[in-house]
Amino acid sequence: MDLNGIIDKLECDCKCCHEGLKNEVTGGYAGDLLSDVMANSSRGDIWVTRQIHQNIIAVACLNDLSGILITQGAIPEDATLEKARSEGMPVMVTRMPEFEAVGRIYHLLHYREKG
Amino acid sequence: MKILDAEVVIGHDKMDLDIQTAFGADLMSDVLAFARPKSLLITGVTNPQSVRTAYAQDIAAILLCRGKMPSKQAIDIARELEIPLLRTRYILFETCGRLYQAGMTGCIREVCSPETDETHDK
Amino acid sequence: MKRMTNNVSGSFFVLGRGFDHAGEVSGRLKKVFLAEKMSNEIIRRVAIITFEVEVNIISYADHGTIFYHVDNDVITIEAVDQGQGIKDIELAIEEGFSTADDEIRELGFGAGMGLANIKRFSDTFELSSVPGQGTSLKCTIRTDSTKMDL
Repeated sequence: MDLNGIIDKLECDCKCCHEGLKNEVTGGYAGDLLSDVMANSSRGDIWVTRQIHQNIIAVACLNDLSGILITQGAIPEDATLEKARSEGMPVMVTRMPEFEAVGRIYHLLHYREKG
Repeated sequence: MKILDAEVVIGHDKMDLDIQTAFGADLMSDVLAFARPKSLLITGVTNPQSVRTAYAQDIAAILLCRGKMPSKQAIDIARELEIPLLRTRYILFETCGRLYQAGMTGCIREVCSPETDETHDK
Repeated sequence: MKRMTNNVSGSFFVLGRGFDHAGEVSGRLKKVFLAEKMSNEIIRRVAIITFEVEVNIISYADHGTIFYHVDNDVITIEAVDQGQGIKDIELAIEEGFSTADDEIRELGFGAGMGLANIKRFSDTFELSSVPGQGTSLKCTIRTDSTKMDL
């Protein structure tokens, strides 16, 4: 499933790097502690987080994550989107809180595997 | 607990608590802003801050994910405040996913923009 | 497939107190090692270690320098900073221990995993500090090593 597949089914909005929406999503990672995301996320994961500052882009690129979904209606900073554009990292936003967003994405990824 | 192979750290006497909703977050300011009473807080924050924040929000129980072990101070405070503390090896994504599949819902459905000024509670 | 080049080395200056540039050095070093065709695992370990080192300099020092050097099959990363230093090294390395202020924590840093991560992903790790003056760190990664829990 690619990011497009996820956006279609979720109430979220892509803020930049729309061309990256064809990135394949191979799993997911949720969390706001950057050291933890660096150490434990995997290539291709969609990262669900509440963090909005520009450092999230470097963290996402470090492990070649497929994209970042910012939850709870948080608005990414301008500097974040700028960095995202320079790295080609898709940044999406949703008003759903983390639990709801993760639950739905988890369902999509697992349903797809069985499908 | 069974869904997540969770281990109880504190609060063995409270395991029949019925919890319907959950909130996942590592940022305690978010828990203060958005979490609802009687929910399950799922987090990777092991310090006493998470327990005090949960207490402020009348959270029913705390589930530490990612195999984290709560600090001794966190355990002591949880015991004192009578908040059950559990832990699971699953990451936050997997934890939320499994609980969601099992029928648990988010304690709020979405965060509303300031213009609408409504909250939808489930 | 990895190809080793001897005597690849360089250094980066890191200014303290500003998180705007956190991760920049890590990104640049990642590109260096990608060009050297190192394995994905090694590149990832280098990137994580460097990022954590950068964040520590930014969080706790006035400024610092990160050095890297590749010789035979060993990558060495060293960092020296001028800043508040570390009072208790054993405690600082413990996972979950942090002296970060609220501002740092709100950014998602300061979870007390930085030094633990550096130690976890390197093969050798040395840390020394003089409180009030600064800290120096040295770690090595053997390019033929693997960390099972990755």
